Amino acid sequence: MKVRVNISLKKAVLDTQGKAIESALVKNLGYSQISNVRQGKFVDLEIKADSVEEATKIVDEIADKLLVNKIIEDYNFEIL
Amino acid sequence: MKSVVITFPGSNCDRDAVDALQKINSKVQRVWHSESSLDNDLDLIVIPGGFSFGDYLRSGAMASISPVINEVRRLSLKGVRVLGVCNGFQILTETNLLPGVLTRNDKIKFICKSVFIRVENNQTDFTKNYKSRQVISVPIAHMDGNYFANSETLKMIEDNSMIAFKYVDANGNVADEANPNGSSLNIAGIYNKEKNILGMMPHPERAIDKNTGSSDGLILFESLNNLF
Repeated sequence: MKVRVNISLKKAVLDTQGKAIESALVKNLGYSQISNVRQGKFVDLEIKADSVEEATKIVDEIADKLLVNKIIEDYNFEIL
Repeated sequence: MKSVVITFPGSNCDRDAVDALQKINSKVQRVWHSESSLDNDLDLIVIPGGFSFGDYLRSGAMASISPVINEVRRLSLKGVRVLGVCNGFQILTETNLLPGVLTRNDKIKFICKSVFIRVENNQTDFTKNYKSRQVISVPIAHMDGNYFANSETLKMIEDNSMIAFKYVDANGNVADEANPNGSSLNIAGIYNKEKNILGMMPHPERAIDKNTGSSDGLILFESLNNLF
C-alpha cells in the first residue's frame, strides 16, 4: 500500500523556515491575512503489507529508526 | 596515540582532522563509513565535519545508521574517546550517543567565521591542557548548529557538567550577541556523562596553525595525546 508520512517540527521548536516563509508572504507579497506558517516535509513510500496494522507497525518502526527525530519532530501518516 | 578518522560520503574535514592528528604524531588511520569492524586498541575515533549524505532528511541522520556507527557505539562504551566535530556532532546526537539535537541556525544562514568559545571544564581528557575558563578562538562553518534540548535534558546536562564549550564574547562573557546560531545556553559543545565522547560545532582541526589564524584547537589534540 502507498503511504505518506508527514513530519513536522513540534510546536515548542522554533521553525525558522516557517517564519521566513511567513515574512515573505506577509511583508513581501502583502498577505496580511496570513499568520502561524509552519513548514514540514512528507515522505511517500510503498509498503508490502497484508493489513493496515502491519503497515502501521512498519511505519512506526522506521519513524523511530530514521525518518523522525522525536526530540524536535512529530509525525503522522496516511494511507493513500 | 592510535586514532582513526571516519569518512562518510560528503565528509569534507576528514583530511584536516588527519593533518591535526599527524601534527601531534598520532598514528592515524582513515576508514570508510561502511567498515563494520574497528580495532579494539584504538585510543580516539574522530567523526569529522562535512555534509554526510548531503544532509538529506536531517543533518547526520543517514550517517547515524552507517555500519561503522555500531563499532563507534561499541568502543565508546568501552571508554574509547570519540570526538565529533560539526557534522560529527550532529551524527553523535542522531545516534543518541549525545543528548539533544542540532537544528537550523536561528537566522537561517550558513555561518562561516571565527568565534570565541570558553572552556567550561578543563578536567576532561579533551581539555586538560587548557586553562580553567580559557577563551579560545576557533572557526565555525555550519547551517544547523542551533543546539536544542528540552528543559529536563538541559538541567541534566548542567547537573552533570556536560557542557564542554560555550559561545562567549572576547572577554569570556556568555552573551546573546556572542551566540551565533541561537543555541540553548550558548552551548557550542557537550560531553556524554562519562566524558569520553565530545561533540562540538566549532572546528579545532581548522585551528592548528597560527599562520592560518589560530592554533587554539591544537591544544585539544595535545590534551588527548598526553594521555598515552
